[in-house]
Amino acid sequence: MGANSSDNGKPLLELKQLCRHFGGLKAVHKVDLVLQEHALNGMIGPNGSGKTTIFNVITGIYDPTDGQVIFDGQNINGFAPFQINQMGIARTFQNIRLFPNLTVLDNVRIAYHNHAGYGMADAILRNSYYEKKERELTEKAQDFLEVFNLQDRQGEIAKNLPYGEQRRLEIARALASSPKVLLLDEPAAGMNPKEVATLMELIHFIRDKFNLTVLLIEHQMRVVMGICEHITVMDFGEVIARGSAREVQGNPRVVEAYLGLGAAELTKKFLKERKQ
Amino acid sequence: MKRFKSSTLLFVLSAVAVFAVIQILMSLGILNSFWNTILRLAGVMAIVSLGLNLIYGFNGQFSLGQFGFYAIGAYTAADITYRWTQLHNALGLTIILAVGLLVGVAILLVSRVVNKMHGLDTLSAFAMYLAGVLVAAFVAVRLGTLAATPVTALLASLPQNIALTIVFLIAVLLGGLIAAEVSFLFGLPIFTLGSDYFGIATLGFTIIIKVLLDNSDTMLGFEEMKGARGMIGIPKITTWFWVFFFLFFTIVVIRNLLNSSYGRAIVSIREDETAATSMGINVAYYKNITFVIGSLFAGLAGGLYAHINGFLHPNTFSFIKSFDPLIIVVFGGLGSITGTVAASFGWALVLEGVLRLILPEGFETWRFVVYPVLLLVMMLLKPQGLFGSFEIPFIRAVIPSLKKKDQAAEITSPKEAA
Repeated sequence: MGANSSDNGKPLLELKQLCRHFGGLKAVHKVDLVLQEHALNGMIGPNGSGKTTIFNVITGIYDPTDGQVIFDGQNINGFAPFQINQMGIARTFQNIRLFPNLTVLDNVRIAYHNHAGYGMADAILRNSYYEKKERELTEKAQDFLEVFNLQDRQGEIAKNLPYGEQRRLEIARALASSPKVLLLDEPAAGMNPKEVATLMELIHFIRDKFNLTVLLIEHQMRVVMGICEHITVMDFGEVIARGSAREVQGNPRVVEAYLGLGAAELTKKFLKERKQ
Repeated sequence: MKRFKSSTLLFVLSAVAVFAVIQILMSLGILNSFWNTILRLAGVMAIVSLGLNLIYGFNGQFSLGQFGFYAIGAYTAADITYRWTQLHNALGLTIILAVGLLVGVAILLVSRVVNKMHGLDTLSAFAMYLAGVLVAAFVAVRLGTLAATPVTALLASLPQNIALTIVFLIAVLLGGLIAAEVSFLFGLPIFTLGSDYFGIATLGFTIIIKVLLDNSDTMLGFEEMKGARGMIGIPKITTWFWVFFFLFFTIVVIRNLLNSSYGRAIVSIREDETAATSMGINVAYYKNITFVIGSLFAGLAGGLYAHINGFLHPNTFSFIKSFDPLIIVVFGGLGSITGTVAASFGWALVLEGVLRLILPEGFETWRFVVYPVLLLVMMLLKPQGLFGSFEIPFIRAVIPSLKKKDQAAEITSPKEAA
């Protein structure tokens, strides 16, 4: 499609004619998407347009009905979610899925598990190698918490955190699994405009700091417009528009997807009237 | 002294003190053999329940199979010591040792192959494991038979007491190992089931084991197990020391495991399986490894149990009984090691000890009425269990202190003031 060809980076994650059908329901149908390395991509669309299903297919929770997911030149269809995470794709969830009864620190440390570096025997014997590696792991996890300004909360039980902090913790946890691609599923849901602004700045910051490629889902258009370089608009499982924020905003199909059939005309009329 | 925290020191000292006090009371005869037996049974039950707590309380897999593995451990260990004391040969020891080791090696080798194959479905993997295990077991039986005579001669040359203790310890450890290996093979296909179905499948396992033991002399050909008549002639050599030693060992191993990255991976599966797998945790692997470790302790406990009364009967391992460790785990608090140990001792002391003494002659059976009522009241008053998720300081995970500011200065948030 070459939709994102304005970027110079090489494509890191590619969806090719991706389909995911549930019986007769085409939740995702023939979606093409290219994420260039280091790009910050947005995906918008009304509720039920298939955005989260795409995430679930990319991360291996669902198998695609048809089509391919290519990550770093490798087809990752059929790999288990944990293998896909280990390859370098991490995600957050629309309805926050922390480990609710564990501490904030442990939430992050679990995501760092595959880099722990010591064996189960080391852990059971509590040898000095375990002590050393465990300390390193903990410090690393604390670093991640610090980026999200959660370091003072490390001992608290995750479910007791206020909503906004739970969202931040979930992103911190995803980052701790050392991904190349970060998939954020409605990270700004339920936040007030000020919190959203802070969060967007944070996403920008971690993208640069950890050299990430980010794909974020939103259904509030306002959120993605500010920061995303490329936006893909979904409706009824298909891509209806793509491009920069401005390009997408003016697209009549996008307006119709959000406001209903004929809305594009009405909006144009309304804008014209307001100008007069 | 930096390596030993005060909580560790306190735990070890108090453990030694508890052991010593009870040992002295037993030696002086203040605790008669009735209480002595109850304490040993309580300790054994604590080990079984700790294994179950790991599976159910920490990993979130509802299992009723714990008593099946307990039975495997008991009969395995009993067979070894029975042959040694009654038949004066080490045939049981060498064969089971060879089977335990070779099957373990076979499982490790097959797992290497299986891990390299991408997209292998569970049942094919299971078939490969099964084939490997059968071949290993076949070879092991031959090897064990060959080794029996020299090993018998070697052990016979040792003083009788020492030889018996060695055989006993190897028997108990092998009970655990065999139970662990069976649980690995059993868990492989079963873990594809969801949690509730997994519970039913493990219940089925307990029933199968019970039926096999009922007919062990005819169906399996182990004459000495005597099927439903019960196995007699097992040496009564599980002392309070050994029970305490293995209980201590179990607590330390589980505590060390849980307070490591592996333990956190195990607990994360209980908390949210989807999130865990999305964070790179191999859920199937950790479910199975937890099940294996939990069953290992069940097997160890079985080995100890067999040598307390010197008598094993399949009814001890009936599926009704398999609810006992479950009750203890829930009663003590799911996910609390402290709670499980306390509840095991409380359960045995109250049910078998105190109630038996309080209730008038001829009314002993009423304790099975009083005890469920007690349970009911407890669950209504404290649904999260006696201890909730409380742990003594030794077991509790320490929240590490934050690093010094200057070390962390290199990472600065864009929103220092956020």
